[in-house]
Amino acid sequence: MSVTRNDVLYMANLARLNLPDDEVELLARDMNKILQYIDLLNNIDTEDVPPLEHVIEPDEHFRKDVALEPLDHDLALKNAPDADADYFRVPRVIE
Amino acid sequence: MATDQEIPVNQDTEFETVIGLEVHAQLLTQSKAFAPVSIAFGNPPNTNITPLCIGHPGTLPVLNENLVRYAIRIGLATGCRIAEKSIFARKNYFYPDLPKGYQISQFETPICYDGHVDITLDDGSTKRIRLKRIHMEEDAGKSIHDQDPYNTLVDLNRAGTPLVEIVTEPDISSPREAHAYLTKIKQLVQYLDICDGNMEEGSLRCDANISIRPVGRKELGTRTELKNMNSFRNVERALTYEIERQKHVVKNGGTIVQQTLLWDPVKMETRQMRSKEEAHDYRYFPEPDLPPVFVTREFLEEVKKELPELPYDRRNRFVNELKLPEPDASILTDERSIADYFEAVLSCCGPGSAKSVANLILSEVRRVLNESDLDIRAFSIGPERLAGLVKLKDSDKISSSAMQTIFNAMLGNDRTADEIAAEKNLLQVSDSGFLQPIVDEVIAGNPDEVARFREGKEGLIGFFVGQVMRQSKGKANPQMVKDLLMSRLKSSS
Repeated sequence: MSVTRNDVLYMANLARLNLPDDEVELLARDMNKILQYIDLLNNIDTEDVPPLEHVIEPDEHFRKDVALEPLDHDLALKNAPDADADYFRVPRVIE
Repeated sequence: MATDQEIPVNQDTEFETVIGLEVHAQLLTQSKAFAPVSIAFGNPPNTNITPLCIGHPGTLPVLNENLVRYAIRIGLATGCRIAEKSIFARKNYFYPDLPKGYQISQFETPICYDGHVDITLDDGSTKRIRLKRIHMEEDAGKSIHDQDPYNTLVDLNRAGTPLVEIVTEPDISSPREAHAYLTKIKQLVQYLDICDGNMEEGSLRCDANISIRPVGRKELGTRTELKNMNSFRNVERALTYEIERQKHVVKNGGTIVQQTLLWDPVKMETRQMRSKEEAHDYRYFPEPDLPPVFVTREFLEEVKKELPELPYDRRNRFVNELKLPEPDASILTDERSIADYFEAVLSCCGPGSAKSVANLILSEVRRVLNESDLDIRAFSIGPERLAGLVKLKDSDKISSSAMQTIFNAMLGNDRTADEIAAEKNLLQVSDSGFLQPIVDEVIAGNPDEVARFREGKEGLIGFFVGQVMRQSKGKANPQMVKDLLMSRLKSSS
């Protein structure tokens, strides 16, 4: 399986990225290289190997359900590209 | 809710309907799913947040114990199997109220699976709806589109609020059944104390997958997904509308397109979601920031022990131990808060009064709650005061009509039944020293009636009781008056 220009554009759209043409070509080439490498792994017989989701052991310790002090409101909005006194502000997402 | 007009039931036999429901329940924890900050509703925007909630780099989620606990509770109550090990996954999509760019959810291994909910159909029979899975996840924030003409505003207070998603198999065959199923889920989450069950306020949310197929066909038809049904009634309406729409398309030679539809409660129709709102390629993968969830035998046992008595068991106990009629027990246990209130009253006046308490709640209390659209937890007569009223009635100190008068006088204040009964002069006299002279006087004053009674016209007892009641200005205990009259009338014959 190889990554086409359209695959790259589709993924770029999901991530809301605008890619210039030359980058689309570049990314398609890169992704194909990565997939070729994964194909190497596919040659190994993993028939009886359960999938490994995590390298760490399952955790039976949970956080106690306690609410602590929140992040300061002004501090939270300070790093936002745009905000008013109350809200984060982003370009309108519906018509 | 019952005042609206009924939706016409279509008696169409050509097609049958297949519905599967996904219900999101917002959990009543103290803190968020993965961050130690409050989930309280109604605070100023962007104040219940941590760096994690607003998607800052370098932050890590830590799982809230009560998210696991509450998910297991609903799992156990619906006969699910509880996974010893389950994992979280990232559901990736791009939207401003999801600052991380992914929702932490469960995909391949939910914590609960293979359960069932038994619903009661309109004809009284029971139908089993199988549950495919119940999984844990977090809520998104809130986007506000109508305050600023050029921008979308984002409030992240809700981001990270813990949810469980309860997913049925496509076992539901009509909008009525969907309604019955939701009613049952609401009842369960309230009994389990894990969610307030309020659909209008969004703490219970419901999406539906719906398709039709010719009767007798095995394969499922193409389904559509329905969203934005924010009340029980709207679920029923939206499903009814969508079934009719699909039938119309098929009957006119068209094909159903798989799509997501939004219910418009004002126009009473479904409309297609704009493509921008739709992003179905979620690219799930295991959440690397959270270790697999391991439910130990000890933890599971602990959760089992905390399970409250469930509606079905409680109803049976009311029938078997308190000797309530089955329909009364059913209504009393429909909502946990009503059943709790009933038992609180009973604990003040003893199990012997179960029937009187049940009657009073099912008639007077429910009438007041319905009229004022109140929850019983906000009802002005607390269990102790209501018990006081029941005690007066059960010890024959007041008549039935006096009970009603006193009940109404107790609304909206904190006066006891005893105070009001005394003040309004409603206490019945059961003192034979007071009643006997009146009885004797009535008998002496009506020799004709006495004679006719003794000749066998025993129906005249009503006349005598009435006379005594009048002379006592309505304060006499009628049963006692009757007893005294009978013994006098019969003994000297």
